[in-house]
Amino acid sequence: MQVTSSVRQPLVTGGKTYHDVTHDVARQVEGKATKLWFLAFLTAAGVLALGSIALLSTLWNGIGMWGLNKTVGWAWDITNFVWWVGIGHAGTLISAVLLLFRQKWRTSINRAAEAMTIFAVICAAMFPVIHMGRPWLGAYWALPLPNTFGSLWVNFNSPLLWDVFAISTYFSVSLVFWYIGLIPDFATIRDRATGLRKTIYGALSFGWDGAAKTWMRYESVSLILAGLATPLVLSVHTIVSFDFATSVIPGWHTTIFPPYFVAGAIFSGFAMVLTLMIVTRKVYKLEDYITIGHIELMNIVIIITGSIVGIAYITEFFIAWYSGVEAEQYAFINRATGPYWWAYWSMMTCNVISPQLFWFKKIRTSIAATFALSIVVNIGMWFERFVIIVTSLHRDYLPSSWAMFYPTWADVGVYLFTFGLFFTLFFLFAKFFPVINMAEVKSVLKSSSEKVHK
Amino acid sequence: MERDTHFILGVYDDEDVLLHAVEKVRGSGVKIHEVYSPYPVHGLEHVLGYKRSRLPIAAFLFGMLGTSLALTMQFYMMRFDWPMIIGGKDYAAFPDFIPVSFEMTVLLAAFGMVGVFMISSNLKPWAQPRIFDLRATDDKHIMAIDIANNSSLEVEKIKEILKSSGATEINKKSFE
Repeated sequence: MQVTSSVRQPLVTGGKTYHDVTHDVARQVEGKATKLWFLAFLTAAGVLALGSIALLSTLWNGIGMWGLNKTVGWAWDITNFVWWVGIGHAGTLISAVLLLFRQKWRTSINRAAEAMTIFAVICAAMFPVIHMGRPWLGAYWALPLPNTFGSLWVNFNSPLLWDVFAISTYFSVSLVFWYIGLIPDFATIRDRATGLRKTIYGALSFGWDGAAKTWMRYESVSLILAGLATPLVLSVHTIVSFDFATSVIPGWHTTIFPPYFVAGAIFSGFAMVLTLMIVTRKVYKLEDYITIGHIELMNIVIIITGSIVGIAYITEFFIAWYSGVEAEQYAFINRATGPYWWAYWSMMTCNVISPQLFWFKKIRTSIAATFALSIVVNIGMWFERFVIIVTSLHRDYLPSSWAMFYPTWADVGVYLFTFGLFFTLFFLFAKFFPVINMAEVKSVLKSSSEKVHK
Repeated sequence: MERDTHFILGVYDDEDVLLHAVEKVRGSGVKIHEVYSPYPVHGLEHVLGYKRSRLPIAAFLFGMLGTSLALTMQFYMMRFDWPMIIGGKDYAAFPDFIPVSFEMTVLLAAFGMVGVFMISSNLKPWAQPRIFDLRATDDKHIMAIDIANNSSLEVEKIKEILKSSGATEINKKSFE
């Protein structure tokens, strides 16, 4: 018998029964696409088409289309890469880490958050590939094949190669974890459908029948996948931070990077989950499943990770001063007061100051405020990566080669392309896949809803 | 696969009623074919007397395989096949090999375990499952009892046991 403390808020409101859960989620998949959905989908696809002009131009003419110069050899591409990977981390945190901590509120948001992870990692992975210049000639260089097919191998001492392994493992394991969770829900849709839909969802459901033995194995698989995904997600952003931290560039060469990057990743990821879920719950009328309680809990995660990030910024400054290394000290003073001061202070305002507003219960339980702040946080986190990357590079060891970075239309266009791709994939997901994990919501329904059976 | 054809189905509304019912039905000597639920019911595998899944062992073995493959690959390439000094490090720079070894461990453990799960549970896109009751993926728990497997008991007697255990409906289902 499951017992829940009476002081806990119900996770599912509105007195939903098991059948209501099935109905409320499956009807989005079964119904005709609404005008609003078409409008949203076509907008996203339009941005994708517009951005692909910049992408094709970059591929056709080479990365000289971007604003890079000999001093700033990494700018928007890697900024966008780290930003997208970071956003992906919230999905795994919700589905894996919160599963290990037995946080039942994750059940109504994990499906969409994991979808977001997968789409964000796809967007992220595009940037290193595009930056290769002619990926069709050389994307295989990243694999452990003998280089030029002689006997020279890839360099396993390089964090860039570790990243290849980390990102590809992260993507494929997240995809499998997500799909395993989808199988029982596809079976639910299959059993409500007829005709072509039954055939399609029947194939997608892999012949799931809900047998107790299969559920037992499913639970075992979920728990172990969660156990594997938890260190995996921490390792991925740790390795992303190694791309910088193992170099000898002042401003990058710091041991604080791994935990600081992981906290920042979760911070921006939760903000993106909130941006997406606040819209989804409204449009799909899922307010009883994704309640104000859920939003408040996510906002609390944002305060915590945002504060960790804030402390990391201050620690970096302190250590730069305390180290006594002039180049390091200059790098940080240049960040705050140099030509990119506006980027630095945008980052400080968006990431450190604005999330502190969530200490007020009124603000963290307000949907409008949460939506606005979630976007502010992601703007701030984009600036964080830009500040770390560009301000550390643009004034290097020789003052005669100091330079500024100015993005070109192709930089902006390729970034837009990934936005188009992300939202196109997300809208397709929202229409054709159950956006809430029905089976898992049902499994917590009895202990945490107002009432289950009439 | 041998297919049994005639079943009695007990339909249950509530997971806690179901758990007691399984104990009761098994206690009266009825062999349960399987219970189908829309969501995982905790403790159901215990009352049904299933042995713990050995999937964690599979995951561990695949994980070890991943670690060994990754380390072997890196030592072979970096130390033996084409040794090069990079950044003044040893050829066999063991700490540098840890990240890739970790990722390969996770990759093989996850894929290996999921592969074993798919095969052992017969999950594949072209699988045609036997659906006892369409509501088993919606809101009902379906207890299936194979008549041929319980030939020592009268069908009416089994129905009576199901009824007294809290089943809200009792149906019959036959497969071709």
